[in-house]
Amino acid sequence: MLHFADLLQYSDVFFSGLLTTVELTVLTTILGIAVGTSCASIRQYGNKTSQRVVSIYVELIRNTPFIVQLFFIFFGLPALGVRLSPWEASMIALTINLGAYSTEIIRAGLASISKGQIEAAKVLGLTFRQTLTRVIFIPAFEKIYPALVSQCIIVMLGSAVISQISVEDLTYAANLVQSRNFRAFESYLVTAALYLGLSILLRFAFNSIGKRLFVYREAP
Amino acid sequence: MIEFSNYDILRNLLFATQWTILLSLAAFIGGSSVALTLTALRLTRNKVVHSLIRGYVELFQGTPLLMQMFLCFFGLSMLGYEISAWGAAILSLTFFTSAFLVEIWRGCIDTLPKGQWEASRCLGMSFLQILRYIILPQAIRVAVAPTVGFSVQVIKGTALASVIGFVELTKVGTMLNNATFEPFKVFTLVAIIYFLLCYPLSLYSKVLEKKFNGSR
Amino acid sequence: MALVNLDQVHKYYGDLHVLKGIDLKINKGEVVSVIGRSGSGKSTLLRCMNGLEQYQEGGIVVDGKEVTTEDIQVRQLAMSVGMIFQNFNLFPHMTVGENIMLAPTIVLKKPKYEAERIARAMLEKVGLGEKFDSYPEKLSGGQQQRVAIARALAMNPKVLLCDEITSALDPELVGEVLKVLEQLAKEGMTLILVTHEMNFARDVGNRVVFMHQGKVWEEGDSNTLLSNPQTDELKQFIGAVL
Repeated sequence: MLHFADLLQYSDVFFSGLLTTVELTVLTTILGIAVGTSCASIRQYGNKTSQRVVSIYVELIRNTPFIVQLFFIFFGLPALGVRLSPWEASMIALTINLGAYSTEIIRAGLASISKGQIEAAKVLGLTFRQTLTRVIFIPAFEKIYPALVSQCIIVMLGSAVISQISVEDLTYAANLVQSRNFRAFESYLVTAALYLGLSILLRFAFNSIGKRLFVYREAP
Repeated sequence: MIEFSNYDILRNLLFATQWTILLSLAAFIGGSSVALTLTALRLTRNKVVHSLIRGYVELFQGTPLLMQMFLCFFGLSMLGYEISAWGAAILSLTFFTSAFLVEIWRGCIDTLPKGQWEASRCLGMSFLQILRYIILPQAIRVAVAPTVGFSVQVIKGTALASVIGFVELTKVGTMLNNATFEPFKVFTLVAIIYFLLCYPLSLYSKVLEKKFNGSR
Repeated sequence: MALVNLDQVHKYYGDLHVLKGIDLKINKGEVVSVIGRSGSGKSTLLRCMNGLEQYQEGGIVVDGKEVTTEDIQVRQLAMSVGMIFQNFNLFPHMTVGENIMLAPTIVLKKPKYEAERIARAMLEKVGLGEKFDSYPEKLSGGQQQRVAIARALAMNPKVLLCDEITSALDPELVGEVLKVLEQLAKEGMTLILVTHEMNFARDVGNRVVFMHQGKVWEEGDSNTLLSNPQTDELKQFIGAVL
């Protein structure tokens, strides 16, 4: 039989794990989208060489498992003299991962902006940087927003793996609790539910940001 | 301590790659069978069935694959069902794969214009006939590229089976790392092998997508 | 010196010779209609005048500044040359007011209240004073094009380039846009239009330039040229559009 009551005494363990996961998610979502936006702009508007560099980055990340990327950064990089704490390694790995996926997504958004919009900005005297930030980004993001949100959720869920390098996140908490009270099923079930709640919360947060960003879609 | 030459490392990794491939195939076959069944059920347009499938998708897309594996492996055995790491990996990857495929395929069927159903009905075709002759041939054409693309996610997903102790590429990578203390070399090789497995599929998916978009 | 000077301008797309030595002088206050079949190079010519297209030989000088496609040049040119497009190209995520205020605030660095004053004045001018806070997609095509004109005017240009600005409009909406142009012409604005509106070219325009196969085939006073075409090509063209 299931005994969820046994988990109550560990609620602070779960809570601190949840906090770590939320913290990392917020940070890496912001950083990852920033990386993705920069790389997508280079990929769409940059010169041949920089386009190629971005493509290689994107393909390398998209075609290898996140856990291997994490192990490479955490265990592999010290061999090159780069020593990172588990938390730092996780943050970097998650950012790089989301950065690559969002590059592909955001680039599709940039590609959907008509040449006329860019020309209109040009003949009004805007610099290219101004054109990007003022004219192109918002409509481009609107086009791909749902895909971007889904990807951020996928990366958040993927972060469960960082427990494997001893970051004390939500999954780490679940492992800890089940090793103490041997209620594996209950412990993982509660954790899964917490992750599900996080996904819903993240989607909700994105949607409210989207409502503000894309207010022109809802205007009367 | 046993000395590992580069050849030994590579040989061990390649041997483990077989298990990664096998697990990927099993998960993909299992996942697409379940997804196919669910897609068929969806076509009945029963409200209850729809919301059940919706819930299934939300559940498995809204929780970490790793957690699903833990539940299948540690959880089931705690409940008294003995299951091997291999079984737990296949089971959880099947859930995971099917939840994504059923969504992908739903999208493919939904992109077909409503007029296709209406026109066929006007020609006096039955539901199954419409499906067999009109909808599926078109939907499959649309679905191939994203399905191939998703198979890359399945291969990468199998790496998590290492966490519950299934000995595949990533697991052997961590074992070799512990034995050789050459993490940079070992994980670079592991990453290269995954890349060689996944990149051709990614590329093929892109080619298919272009071909389809071109012919439309 | 004329406001717009084109001197033996040649343009190639790869092997394709699109503009074959164009000479043109346009004075301040003139309303010049550029007509011709599609593919005759008329839009390309217009787009060369503000640096949107590169030309390979010859020279273009507008308001004393040489035109190149260098970003910096194009931006400096933006102060003297306004452009209006066939597809309006309003920025969808900004209100009408924000569309008009954007360039005055971030290019001309005017304070916000000043930019808003200009924007409201320009909107009044095109008869859309009450649409300041609307989003472009809530407006009709004709209204959107009038906003685009207001947006260009807010930069206080010396010359306005109009690239088939009524071609994407429903017929019943063409009139309201042409009326705005007519008003601008009366106020002495220099207008260069690529257009299919022959009546407008004749009634409002001073001069017509007929382009054919990348050359200025015939040009002259609009009334004379349209009622008494000299070449067979122009005769055929007028016959086809009227």
